[in-house]
Amino acid sequence: MKYIEEFQDPALARRLLDDIRATVTRPWALMEVCGGQTHTIIRHGIDQLLPDEVELIHGPGCPVCVTPLEVIDKALEIASRPGVIFCSFGDMLRVPGTGRDLFQVRGEGGDVRVVYSPLDALKTARQNPDREVVFFGIGFETTAPPNAMAVYQARKLGITNFSLLVSHVRVPPAIEAIMRSPSCRVQGFLAAGHVCSVMGTAEYPELADRHRVPIVVTGFEPLDILEGVRRAVRQLERGEHTVENAYPRAVRPEGNPAALAMLADVFEVTDRAWRGIGTIPDSGWRLSERFREYDAEHRFRVTGITTREPAACRSGEVLQGLIKPHECEAFGTLCTPRSPLGATMVSSEGACAAYYLYRRLDLGPGPARPATTPDRPTVPTAPLEASPVA
Amino acid sequence: MCLAVPGRVLEIGERDGTRMATVDFGGVQKEVCLEYLPDLRVGEYAIVHVGFALQRLDEESARKTLGLFAELGMLQEEFGDPWEQAARFGDEEGPFGEDDGEGRPAEAAATRKEVGQ
Repeated sequence: MKYIEEFQDPALARRLLDDIRATVTRPWALMEVCGGQTHTIIRHGIDQLLPDEVELIHGPGCPVCVTPLEVIDKALEIASRPGVIFCSFGDMLRVPGTGRDLFQVRGEGGDVRVVYSPLDALKTARQNPDREVVFFGIGFETTAPPNAMAVYQARKLGITNFSLLVSHVRVPPAIEAIMRSPSCRVQGFLAAGHVCSVMGTAEYPELADRHRVPIVVTGFEPLDILEGVRRAVRQLERGEHTVENAYPRAVRPEGNPAALAMLADVFEVTDRAWRGIGTIPDSGWRLSERFREYDAEHRFRVTGITTREPAACRSGEVLQGLIKPHECEAFGTLCTPRSPLGATMVSSEGACAAYYLYRRLDLGPGPARPATTPDRPTVPTAPLEASPVA
Repeated sequence: MCLAVPGRVLEIGERDGTRMATVDFGGVQKEVCLEYLPDLRVGEYAIVHVGFALQRLDEESARKTLGLFAELGMLQEEFGDPWEQAARFGDEEGPFGEDDGEGRPAEAAATRKEVGQ
């Protein structure tokens, strides 16, 4: 356990691991919901430090990964239009739609701009009153309140050349969908800490109870993950299934009331498609009726665009914890970070990208050396099939 | 973008009727909206996501997390030049390359091998 020294507090890490070892008596499968947690786990080899009985399964919590292909295609369509300034977070630039990405649209002359905050996009709209400014509003519960604020401010300031292409997703319905899947192996969840910073923990007790599954709200540092695992394993061994907050320094049970109030005002819950998974009931937000005029899908009439995902990609199974990234035939060959086929290789936070970038050579014989040419390989176009959903 | 980063409030002011702050993230300063954490004060730490303070954090936790993020290069991911990063995206060598350009994965892989994991 030499590499435990890279932990901030190796002695504490060792104590947590010892405690997990002393507690566990049989195999348990835990899912870390958040992509940030997945990266901490892979980067520090936490899954390898844990006793063999504890398996960590990677969850669907990467907003870039789960943004549906058809929403990317809508973004590409809008960003290509003359007179439009398309603003996005930087990590959406390389997410492939059907055949291209925002980076390429910019190369073709589209005015694509990267912003740090949705308020920067609003500022761009104020500075360019003769242009239409569209902000790509993706993300989980942590990102939705900032985006809601941008729309709220637009109305307050009378800015009419601003709109939002919304693809927000919510974690609890995803957990519900995962637990309902007949092939579900998940027995406990490490819930995403920063989602709970906003939402609090009120949505979880009912889920934990109904599915008899422990849910431990967990942070992102290596010690946070170990503590989350320790608590989840302790509950499982005792036959308990409650909600625990192992990240109290950033999560209060009530969440952030001001952010929740804004969410309730600007957005409403809707069914939402997840890239690689399919539609999950009530799993997203859209602009509420009162703010519908700021909806870019309607403003630019792109509601008709629908797309299907390449069949070679098994990211839906990865996102639901049914397979590990390297079990996909396309991993590292047809699908690499340079030329991602699907959701989980798309973002640097995705599970497939994590496995690829952190060289999980311990996973058995791998595929051929990844392509190093800058050209994007042709994405298989047939057969295509829509992914079913839980 | 997924990341929420702890930062320290340097100054607070009103802009267009909105409560805003200048926040320091380990050397990088950004304008941050305080509408969701209106009682945050100068000198305090908060978790900030896409330009919004979302939850107060104690100084020790904030410093530890910032240190870790800096060490892992995550602050660069969050605040670096996005176009440069997008151009570079995927250029890292994968499991069969010599290095990813920054050395971390190579070291991690070597260490794992060393301990027989």
